[in-house]
Amino acid sequence: MNVRVLPIEQKSVAGRRGANIPVAVEEIRARGRAAIPAHLRRAEAPRLPEVSELEAVRHFTRLAQQNFSIDGQFYPLGSCTMKYNPRVNEQVASLPGFTELHPMQDDGDCQGTLRVMYRLQEELKKILGLEEVSLAPAAGAQGEYAGMAAIKAYFRARKDEKRRVVLCPDSAHGTNPASASLAGFEVKPIPSGPDGRVDVAALDKLLDDSVAALMLTNPNTCGVFERDIVEIARKAHAAGALLYYDGANLNAIVGRVRPGDMGFDVVHVNLHKTFSTPHGGGGPGSGAIGLSRRLAPFIPDSHVIRDEDGFFTMWTGDAPAPLGRLMAFHGNTGVLIRALAYILAQGGEGLRDVASYAVLNANYLLARLPAVYEAPFGRPCKHEALVTIRKQNKLNGIKAFDVAKRLLDLGFHAPTIYFPLLVHECLLIEPTETESRETLDQFVAAMEQIAREMSDDPEALQQAPHDLPTGRLDDAKAARELNVCCRWDSPAAGE
Amino acid sequence: MDPKDLLYTNSHEWIEPSGDVRAVGISEHAQQMLGDIVYVEMPEVGCVVSQGDELLTVESPKAAASVYAPVGGEVVAINENLDASPDMINKSACGEGWLVKLRPTDFESEKAGLLDYDSYKRKIDEE
Repeated sequence: MNVRVLPIEQKSVAGRRGANIPVAVEEIRARGRAAIPAHLRRAEAPRLPEVSELEAVRHFTRLAQQNFSIDGQFYPLGSCTMKYNPRVNEQVASLPGFTELHPMQDDGDCQGTLRVMYRLQEELKKILGLEEVSLAPAAGAQGEYAGMAAIKAYFRARKDEKRRVVLCPDSAHGTNPASASLAGFEVKPIPSGPDGRVDVAALDKLLDDSVAALMLTNPNTCGVFERDIVEIARKAHAAGALLYYDGANLNAIVGRVRPGDMGFDVVHVNLHKTFSTPHGGGGPGSGAIGLSRRLAPFIPDSHVIRDEDGFFTMWTGDAPAPLGRLMAFHGNTGVLIRALAYILAQGGEGLRDVASYAVLNANYLLARLPAVYEAPFGRPCKHEALVTIRKQNKLNGIKAFDVAKRLLDLGFHAPTIYFPLLVHECLLIEPTETESRETLDQFVAAMEQIAREMSDDPEALQQAPHDLPTGRLDDAKAARELNVCCRWDSPAAGE
Repeated sequence: MDPKDLLYTNSHEWIEPSGDVRAVGISEHAQQMLGDIVYVEMPEVGCVVSQGDELLTVESPKAAASVYAPVGGEVVAINENLDASPDMINKSACGEGWLVKLRPTDFESEKAGLLDYDSYKRKIDEE
């Protein structure tokens, strides 16, 4: 399957066509030319590859087949929750009643879609244990920003603007400090303790009246549940600060614990992770946010309300919300429909099982991986297994990067590597609940093979991948030399 | 500069032990951990930082890492060669790969937070 695909321009033959487009009579061509000002007209025809339709189809199909994807391979990318996207979600979202609406139609024409959005808001309120939900943010990072901006607006409304600091653990997702900073806060790190959890004593020292919020992921990116969370929330609230929950790891606790009950004031949920809508190709995603009672007035513009007669409306506020609008029209509705389809198909018990099996699968991997993959924070973990090969690295220089590249040869997408930053040479493996024991066993076998290669054939391991269409890329060069302009001289050029 | 003569922080920066204006960089250990450095986001010349403030960011394919001010002071120069050759940090972390030059404001009272070469080496061996 790993035939190298030639660039399409190398398949180009002058005069070959995918479709026979009728040539307009000269009079129409002249009129067309005249409609475009001379300085905007091409001097020569564009140099496009000339191939038949079948060759174009084969070319792009082969390229697509060379992708790693959840439909093709086990994809244990830590903190990304690459679970199976049930086909029934797609079927529901492609119903003409949804797809053939125009966003500028009146609410009266869109009752079905609005009802779905309303129902999703209600289900998420139950799942999160919070007062209000906005489906507007288009992605996790935008959800984070919306949440932090709501916190900013809350303190502004209270005239308590000396609160300029946001605390983030040193294990936080990089988006957390970035979102806080974008919303105008100053970020201070909270060190993690030796067990991978927030160091509560260190937190105590940082909590004062300059702190606006504490951003946490629970379980955190070490795969460990912050079991002091209720105590942490009490301390933060006592100091006048709010609590932000990064929902990236919600899959570990969905249906089991509610962030609202843990004391969080604002939560973003990656619907494309926990609620199985497709992701990994650059979107569209959804970073819906939930808000506690005190933050509810600062919800972004546009969410769906239901009046006494059962009529659904996109509510855009009596006065503009502090944050204004985040998305045009109704947001990424296709994603919202898929997420609701998933929630309803699972039901309450099904969602509880999602968390249980996600955690079970991660612990199964952690228990079965050979000893060279050391668990820095012990066992058990939550929904993702964090391991490090730092001892092997000191021994003969084998890196997590080498393991990741070798896994591609063996048919698996690589786990997340070098994250969280506080553990050297780490791999963060998130199997999700949708993988079978047989798949997990195959992955363990691959990791065992790589463990043997670390001592038997380290040079080959350091050059992996060997069996893919491209070998190891020079990622330092790729980042240093940003000019990726392609040059191509068509064989047809000048003809 | 001989790495043995430099003073270090727990967060892997180094600073020259004496002088009105002193070079600051990241340690050999830090450059190894980061891997190939691909970009340095420099501070403005003339800006004033306190000890422990974020001074600049270095990026590798692995991570973007904050570099903190080992002591407070004014940034009087930045290493402009790193713009074209950030790999100089990998090749010579304690020499030509220096990052900025600082004029410390109160070195004597802040130096207690710094480690000499032997203490720093013990610390990284424990990690």
